[in-house]
Amino acid sequence: MALIRVTSPHVHKANRTADVMRLVLLATLPGIAALSFFFGWGTLVQLLWASLLAVGMEAALIKLRRRPVLFYLRDYSAVVTAVLLALAIPPFAPWWLTLVGVFVAIVIAKHLYGGLGQNPFNPAMVAYALLLVSFPVEMTRWAAPTVLLENGTLGLGDTLALIFAGLDPALVDSVTGATPLDALKHRGGLTTEEAWHSIDVLANGVGAWHAVSAGFFMGGVFLLYRKVFTWHIPVSMLATLAVLSTLFFGFAPDQYADPFFHLTVGGTMLGAFFIATDPVTAATSNRGKLYYGAGIGLLIFIIRSWGSYPDAVAFAVLLMNLAAPFIDLYSQPRTYGHAHAKRGLKEDS
Amino acid sequence: MGKVFAFHGGIHPPENKKQSTVLPIQPGPQPKRVRLSLQQHIGAPAEPMVQVGDRVLKGQQIAAPVGRISAAVHASVSGTVTAIGAMPVAHSSGLDALCIEIESDGREQWVERQGLTDYRSLKRVDLIDYIRNMGIAGMGGAGFPTDVKLHLSEDHIVNTLIINAAECEPYITADDMLMRERAEEVIGGIEVIAHLLKPSHILIGVEDNKPQAIRALQQARRGNPLNIDVAVVPTKYPSGGEKQLIKLLTDVEVPSGHIPADVGIVCQNVGTTVAIHRAVRHGEPLISRIVTLTGEALAQPQNLEVAIGTPFADLLDAASLKEGLLSRLVVGGPMMGFTVDDDELPITKTTNCLIAATGDEMPAANPAQPCIRCGQCEQVCPAELLPQQLHWFAKGREFDKARQHNLFDCIECGACSYVCPSEIPLVQYYRFAKSEIRQEEAEQRKAEHAKQRFEARQARLEAEKAEKEARRKQRAEEAARAQAVRKDKSAAATAAAPAETDTKALKTAAAVARTKLKKAQKAYETGKESGAENLAELEAALKAAEQKANEAQQALEQAEQGTAASAGSGAAAPDLKQLKTNAAVARTKLKQAEKALKNAEDKGLDGIDKLRETVNALQAKADAAQQAYDQAQAAPAPTAAPVDIKQLKTNAAVARTKLKQAEKALAKAQQSGEGDLEDLQAKLSELQAKADSAQQAYEQAESGAGQAGQAVAQPAVSQAQLDELKADMEAMQGKVAKAQQALDDALAKGSPAADKMKAGVDKLQAKLDDASKAYQDAQAQASQVVAQPAVSQAQLDELKADMEAMQGKVAKAQQALDDALAKGSPAADKMKAGVDKLQAKLADASKAYQDAQAQVSQAVAQPAVSQAQLDELKADMEAMQGKVAKAQQALDDAVANGSPAADKMKAGVDKLQAKLADARAAYQAAGGTLLEEPSEPEQPQAPELDLKALKQQVSIMRTKLGKAQKALDEAEPQGTDLSALQAEVDQLQQRHDEAKQQFEAVEAGQIQAAAAQGVDLKQLKIDAAMARAAVTKAERALEKALQTADGESADEQLQQELQQAKQKADALNATLSRFE
Repeated sequence: MALIRVTSPHVHKANRTADVMRLVLLATLPGIAALSFFFGWGTLVQLLWASLLAVGMEAALIKLRRRPVLFYLRDYSAVVTAVLLALAIPPFAPWWLTLVGVFVAIVIAKHLYGGLGQNPFNPAMVAYALLLVSFPVEMTRWAAPTVLLENGTLGLGDTLALIFAGLDPALVDSVTGATPLDALKHRGGLTTEEAWHSIDVLANGVGAWHAVSAGFFMGGVFLLYRKVFTWHIPVSMLATLAVLSTLFFGFAPDQYADPFFHLTVGGTMLGAFFIATDPVTAATSNRGKLYYGAGIGLLIFIIRSWGSYPDAVAFAVLLMNLAAPFIDLYSQPRTYGHAHAKRGLKEDS
Repeated sequence: MGKVFAFHGGIHPPENKKQSTVLPIQPGPQPKRVRLSLQQHIGAPAEPMVQVGDRVLKGQQIAAPVGRISAAVHASVSGTVTAIGAMPVAHSSGLDALCIEIESDGREQWVERQGLTDYRSLKRVDLIDYIRNMGIAGMGGAGFPTDVKLHLSEDHIVNTLIINAAECEPYITADDMLMRERAEEVIGGIEVIAHLLKPSHILIGVEDNKPQAIRALQQARRGNPLNIDVAVVPTKYPSGGEKQLIKLLTDVEVPSGHIPADVGIVCQNVGTTVAIHRAVRHGEPLISRIVTLTGEALAQPQNLEVAIGTPFADLLDAASLKEGLLSRLVVGGPMMGFTVDDDELPITKTTNCLIAATGDEMPAANPAQPCIRCGQCEQVCPAELLPQQLHWFAKGREFDKARQHNLFDCIECGACSYVCPSEIPLVQYYRFAKSEIRQEEAEQRKAEHAKQRFEARQARLEAEKAEKEARRKQRAEEAARAQAVRKDKSAAATAAAPAETDTKALKTAAAVARTKLKKAQKAYETGKESGAENLAELEAALKAAEQKANEAQQALEQAEQGTAASAGSGAAAPDLKQLKTNAAVARTKLKQAEKALKNAEDKGLDGIDKLRETVNALQAKADAAQQAYDQAQAAPAPTAAPVDIKQLKTNAAVARTKLKQAEKALAKAQQSGEGDLEDLQAKLSELQAKADSAQQAYEQAESGAGQAGQAVAQPAVSQAQLDELKADMEAMQGKVAKAQQALDDALAKGSPAADKMKAGVDKLQAKLDDASKAYQDAQAQASQVVAQPAVSQAQLDELKADMEAMQGKVAKAQQALDDALAKGSPAADKMKAGVDKLQAKLADASKAYQDAQAQVSQAVAQPAVSQAQLDELKADMEAMQGKVAKAQQALDDAVANGSPAADKMKAGVDKLQAKLADARAAYQAAGGTLLEEPSEPEQPQAPELDLKALKQQVSIMRTKLGKAQKALDEAEPQGTDLSALQAEVDQLQQRHDEAKQQFEAVEAGQIQAAAAQGVDLKQLKIDAAMARAAVTKAERALEKALQTADGESADEQLQQELQQAKQKADALNATLSRFE
């Protein structure tokens, strides 16, 4: 009788990495819908373009590394990276910006470190940060909300032309503008209250960002429900940001934005549910995740309030990626039967 | 119903339990043959009580438990024992185990069995023993012998008894069915256990997926006086894990590395409970159990009551195995069970389930994807570990980190593997890491064991060595005593008949005579060359000198022969040496005479005939000397007189050279038609014959040497020196090894003196290096010396070296004596006697020496290796004496103070004394070979100007100071009287400083003095060394020229160069010695 000999367990949950990735992609749909609705075709074009590039580069890299291409491609991790990057960069960003971004994310931040599971930094955020530092003009020209445009937004053809056929500066200027965070940061001598009334994007356009955040929040709740990740990172991150902004807003409402604004504009929601929860680069234990999320929330508030960049999710996440191994060492759970949790690497006697 | 708590993690795999609960428990098939493993439990395997061929009855005990943790084995069928031996069994390791195989007779004939009518009346110990003999072991999975757990109340307070009926693994329903159908037996078993453990509370933990079982249990416990609760726990794997169930039911965690009884809890499996009941009530040992047969490859999944030892195949048949569908046969549950590849393996006491799975049901695992640290494993881990981190550590072989992350708290439940989206076989990684760590630990234990053994061996060897040392010391003392006696005797003999036995004086006289002869020859030659008028006078002087030399030589030979005769074979070696020297001297003389003859012949001078006669006489003498030497060499034992091949070779070469010269002379004479041609021709043929014979002798000797193996002669003196050096070096090595060991010991004990000791060891090591270097140097030098042909110059050099050695020795001895006297050393008297003796000898020999010195016009300095060596030995001895005196004093102090360290110190003093005796013996041995030549008495150098002596003194003081300091350090922790030691240290320090200052001052003074005269001492030294090298070079060139006979003008030129080089070297040496 040909009986196989294998070790236990002999059953396995129907649960593959690819399923996890597909769920993440699925969860981005409400956010993508909101972005497309309020900012035009640009987001969808970027998504497709980035995904195409990512899959191509991933396949090439896997081949270069002499690993089974299809086996690794099927984990969808490259697509997830591409989608997250595409959601983060401005909808009308030129094609080469996305190309550079995807290259940095897939080739440098992921495969040069050894591929999936081995990268210490979130690939999408490495790419985003590099683009922001290298091409600040292109990266800060976010699409203006459709409601603020007199002629309405660009059609699909115009969008494609704008992205792939080069820049018509006038056209670009007409469809792009500052983000609310930008506007608030560069409000000059105005108080926040005055800025809220006098700056167009704050007075009338901020609803678009609220809607997008709501979309990502819904997706995040869905993922929580499906137990793709635990609540620790998003909750601690959002709570930290909320508490800090409440405190400062409470003491100096003229100078600081209110907590609702902090939570609902910029990359906060996308970061909390889709970026910071990247398990590869986050802390691992539940307690560690609380520290990790809190650290990101703290850094976001600091950079937004006193830094030179309007938004801070990418930098905050990258900095906390750096701290994750350290957090891991000092946040080990208390094992069953042990009086205390272990700290660091020292042997307990 | 008790309150239920929660444990961390856990999973909900598909239960697959319904399939096997359709039918009630069926009796299993009657096996034709059972195989009963002797180790179905944890602990020591049972010992067979039957033999092959024995007939056994069902329920008969066939193997007895061995040791505390073990279980008995009983026959599960009646029949005949057919085999006892290692057979394959169902174990996750796949290894064979010792089994007893019984062929059933089909009659199912029971042994006489009777339950206990009233187990409560039995003593506890007897009841537990009864259960032990029923072979009952935990039936849940691990098979821990039950009686051991029942003993627990003896040293633990058991509050809670938990009956594990959770049966959390999917597929398995054996306990479920048991509870449904035999709940009364469960309660009966609980009563027995409760009687033994006396718990205040009994909890039956059942998962809520067994409602029928729960109902049956609740019904059965009704009206029972015991405090029994049926605790229903939510279905979650692994709630049936002992630790998890305890947490669920009591909210108590069993501390890591402890057993539940440590927190007042004992767990028993529900199946075990029933087994206890049946054993106690019916006298049935554990020979059957309920086994769940399930899996999609079975048409009729069900539970069977199976005789232990039944082959799997029988059961699969009973459950209607669908042929061809079976792909995986799992023993146990799907989460923790193991697969087997043989369906003939037997059921054991712990086999609760067999899953005959199809390929669809349990497909082969997909290839593992990379870990994305998703943390799902962490969420399900019931031990609250970080499985993904453990995985990284195991993969990277970072076992320390894995262990630090509590790897050994992993219960291998498989929940992490179950949920892993990357399908990584995590449990396998943990098993790998655990086994690697265990292996490492086992190896460490082994290494530790080996180390202990090694240390024991070292200690034993050390003890043996010490014993040997003691014996050696004894021998050395005896030898010293004997030597002293002998010396006294010889001194008496000398006093009685000085003329006869004083060979030394004769030797000196002979040497003086030889030197005189040489001088006369030279004078004669120069006279001849310059055509002096007093040639005849010179010739007469030469002849007189020759005669005198011969006489002296003869006297010496006679005396030596007499000595040799009286001393026996022991005197053979020095005799030989003398003979060798004689032969060399004779050859030299002959050479000189020949030269003179040739000169005379060339110049056609008068008295040629006379010269020729002289040459012939000398020739005869040289031959005789050579012959005597050869004979003497051949006569004694081969070890005492190795054949001097080199000498022979030189002889042959010289003979050849002479022959060539004679030929040349003849040719010249023929050309010029001058002189006595016939005479020359005769001479030539004579020389020819001689050269041939010399060549022959050489070849013979060489072949003889080849036969004798290593028989290349070495100068006896240098060999002795070498031996001495070697002994020194070895002694030093021994010291270093001992010190190293002491240091290791001290380090192991964490002694505060370890640092000090380390410094000491380093110092000793440095000394050892010095000693070995000295030895190597000496060896190299000795071989060089051997390589040089023995000419008359060598004799002179030897004389000079001996003389210098003597001078140094006397000075040293005097110094040491002064030192010892100043210190009041107990050895001073002895030393004084030695010095007096030396001085007496010096006085005796002074005149002869002065004579010799006057004659020796060319005293070529040679680096005195033996001198340096001797100095070293001497210094050693003196240092040792100082040490002994110091140690003795310290000991006396310690004894006076009643110090506890006195014994130790005494041992140290004894050791030092032994060392001193060694050093003294070594010194005497080295000195004995050198004490033959007289020395110059009126050259005692003023001690304050003797730089070497000062240096030595400083070093001695330093050693003493170090010793005292060490003694003080050692005494300090013992709290003995420190003030005396401290004072001593201070005093020594002061003396050391003074000595050092003096030394430095003198050294500086010397350099200054030299500089004041416009001489750079350093440069001077270098110049002298270079001049000596030039002499050697010139000598070699001359020799080469002689051998090739490359024209006389070149020859003479070379000779002149040599003379110049020698003069220069002498001048430089003289200058140098003025400053040193």
